[in-house]
Amino acid sequence: MSTLLEMRDITKTFPGVKALDNVNLEVAEGEIHAVVGENGAGKSTLMKILSGVYPKGQYEGEIIFDGQRLSLRDIRDSEDRGIIIIHQELALVPQLSIAENIFLGNERAQNSVINWHETNRATEELLAKVGLVEAPTTKVGSIGVGKQQLVEIAKALSKDVKLLILDEPTAALQENDSRKLLDLMLELKAQGVTSIIISHKLGEVRYVADSVTVIRDGSTVSKLSAKSGFKEDDIVRDMVGRDMTHRFPEHERKPGEVLLDVTNWNAWHPEHAERQVIKNISFQARAGEVVGIAGLMGSGRTELAMSIFGQSYGKRISGEVKLHGKPVDVSTVDRAIDAGISYVTEDRKVYGLVLDETIRFNTTLANLDGVSSAGVLKRNMETSVAERYRSALAVRTPSVFQKTVNLSGGNQQKVVLAKWLFTEPDVLILDEPTRGIDVGAKFEIYNIINELADLGKAVVIISSEMPELLGMCDRIYVMNEGEFVGELDASEANQERIMALIVQE
Amino acid sequence: MADSETKNLSSTKTAVETKSIGHYLSANLRQYGLLLALIVVMVFFQIVTDGTLLRAVNVTNLLLQNSYIIIMALGMLIVIVAGHIDLSVGSVMGFIGALAAVMIVNYDMNIYLTGAICLATGALIGAAQGYWVAYWNIPSFIVTLAGMLVFRGLSLLLLEGQSVGPFPREFQIIATGFLGDFFPKAIGEWLAGVFAVRQINTVAFVSGIAAAILLVWMGMRKRMANIAYGVEEEPAAIFYARTFIVAAALIFVMYKLSQFRGLPNVLLTMGFLAVIYGFVTENTVIGRRIYALGGNQKAAQLSGIKTKRLTFLAFTNMGFLAAAAGMVFAARLNTATPKAGFALELDVIAAVFIGGASMSGGVGTIVGAVIGAFLMGVLNNGMSIMGIGIDYQQMIKGLVLLAAVVFDVYNKNKEA
Repeated sequence: MSTLLEMRDITKTFPGVKALDNVNLEVAEGEIHAVVGENGAGKSTLMKILSGVYPKGQYEGEIIFDGQRLSLRDIRDSEDRGIIIIHQELALVPQLSIAENIFLGNERAQNSVINWHETNRATEELLAKVGLVEAPTTKVGSIGVGKQQLVEIAKALSKDVKLLILDEPTAALQENDSRKLLDLMLELKAQGVTSIIISHKLGEVRYVADSVTVIRDGSTVSKLSAKSGFKEDDIVRDMVGRDMTHRFPEHERKPGEVLLDVTNWNAWHPEHAERQVIKNISFQARAGEVVGIAGLMGSGRTELAMSIFGQSYGKRISGEVKLHGKPVDVSTVDRAIDAGISYVTEDRKVYGLVLDETIRFNTTLANLDGVSSAGVLKRNMETSVAERYRSALAVRTPSVFQKTVNLSGGNQQKVVLAKWLFTEPDVLILDEPTRGIDVGAKFEIYNIINELADLGKAVVIISSEMPELLGMCDRIYVMNEGEFVGELDASEANQERIMALIVQE
Repeated sequence: MADSETKNLSSTKTAVETKSIGHYLSANLRQYGLLLALIVVMVFFQIVTDGTLLRAVNVTNLLLQNSYIIIMALGMLIVIVAGHIDLSVGSVMGFIGALAAVMIVNYDMNIYLTGAICLATGALIGAAQGYWVAYWNIPSFIVTLAGMLVFRGLSLLLLEGQSVGPFPREFQIIATGFLGDFFPKAIGEWLAGVFAVRQINTVAFVSGIAAAILLVWMGMRKRMANIAYGVEEEPAAIFYARTFIVAAALIFVMYKLSQFRGLPNVLLTMGFLAVIYGFVTENTVIGRRIYALGGNQKAAQLSGIKTKRLTFLAFTNMGFLAAAAGMVFAARLNTATPKAGFALELDVIAAVFIGGASMSGGVGTIVGAVIGAFLMGVLNNGMSIMGIGIDYQQMIKGLVLLAAVVFDVYNKNKEA
């Protein structure tokens, strides 16, 4: 079998971070090649280079495709050569029909006038190929995610595809839809289409892939082939095995009484009423304890936290939340805050900060009553509160009158923390508290978390970075597809065990 | 960067960078630029109209002509800061004027009762529109566009296509009355002698000086407090220059007013409302929350702010102020016409944007909106005195609006 694609020594740097470091990827003609790795390992960045999202010049290294050296200018350029990527978030227009979507940007037209007969006929042919029984005129928004996935593949086939890239294609799919999709991949392989699948689910990797490349922390770790037989254990070890000494402050904790007690928590998707996103979850956190929730993106971790925090996510929410053994009302955000719960959101720029406003503005936002009397703000008091948290959390800035948009990621995160600390919570839920910030700032955030635990608060950390959970938590709950699939004590937890709990199907 | 000294609570306060005056000015160009633009425009028209612009009678007129726009701009600023828009204010204003006319002229109702009913009706109209925007997530553009049509139609219906008037004297004074001079006549005459003018209204004259002193005193107090906290950024020279110009302008305007008929009632209403709304937006919890809502709705919501209720209140307030403006407008014209307030929403919205508010919400000040409204007012007035036709006036106003917003966007890009 000849080599279709070779990516050699690919290096890609973002300001301050090396996302890819001499990555090599080799894909043989006619095979299904799996690329696996943790969240943030660099898989998506690699695929963005391959599909021209980052054009030649924004990375180092070379790509050889079909015997030719490629220097792609944009996505269009890569598609013209037959490299087609289907992203995790589908790029379909829900208001348009299946046929319109398939030929979007590639319309069957004469003199700019669309030939609808030809469009619909060609669509029917493509839909038959991918095994989707729907009329070409059906609106994409009215069919399920699984079927939309098939429309995406049909769209790829309409473009004379040589290399099909599927980025976590089954992440949003139900069991049987996933199986159908994987079978379709095998069928396309039989017809000679080469594919790359990015996935976390080792079961499906084993089911479809001929070979596997493991990427970790921006480097290629290993390449395994089905012929020599790959074991899930080996892949898991390669995915997570990394040095983790001295990245976390040494600390001893003494957990006390149960502080937060959530029982039988359920929530449904706000738009797809039939989809249960949180399935009967119960968990606890003690005073002075740091508890972790592990799981991949899309496993429902953020949805769990948001549904507890004032029902900010989901519908038909049920379950009970107790603090200090007493049931509390968390039905709105301000009630949850009053009860003593804080939720430090995942994406600080979108959900955490009013970026155009100052540090002072943001620090007091969740507790304006604390700096006002009779509804009138006490400016000087507000300033001293902001100053106090600025120095306590070591936010590096000339003054609290700096706009938060000008701060670094680490300092922004400290301002968000300051906002929540000023509400004087008993329970802090931190969602991806260190994402996108540098190692030094991470260490500082970890120190702050330890201090909070020492003060007798219950801290819940949601994180995609397993070393972070292992380094910080006393106990780790493992979440997958809306359920808790395991609970590990710090003493017995390691990355392999967590990954094994997640990938088991 | 790696600094683990997070426990160090007593870290030294970073000294505030002392920036050069030029740097400070260019960083805050928008704020000073607006004030400067107003001054430049006034000087320009003062020259080209051979001094007509700043004659006592014209200054009085300028205030009266723009009063209802400024009153509505206060509410519009809040709506726009909250991230919305209200296109219905011109129609609502006209409708309330019509309602007042029908109640007072046709049904001979008590004017105070009528006033109360009109204000309540305005608030109700605002609430009705705010309800759809806040709780149904219907874009405010659509809801208020519908409102614009509905209330225009209702005015026609109410007035049966006719003008209704005139109003009794007590109602007219809302807009055309002046505060009586309660100081002894002798003082006024003495002052007139000192300044060698025909007459001086002592109340207006004294209030001008009092307001200027108050302004300087409050500015100084704030500055002192800021310096004590080490957070003052404005260089001293700029602070004194700015304060002096504003105080001098205030005294000048009042001095001019004092030579005509004194303080217009409507100026008092307008000034009172502007101070209240300025205070609410800058110094109260609810004001702060509105800025947070417009700046980042999701973050505001997740900080425990009831964003829907706030949106609802912003529109309710807008309706209330549109009603107040409607009565002022009707009283000024001494009649309610089906066309009253036509296209006025555009002047109001333009004033707020010229004043530095951002279409995407979260940015804007009451002071800016008021200055923006005055800028538009002076342009209108100056061009009318010069005899420039309505055609050119419209074009020039349009270009001024575009220039102001382009300037904002340019500044923002430069910052980033």
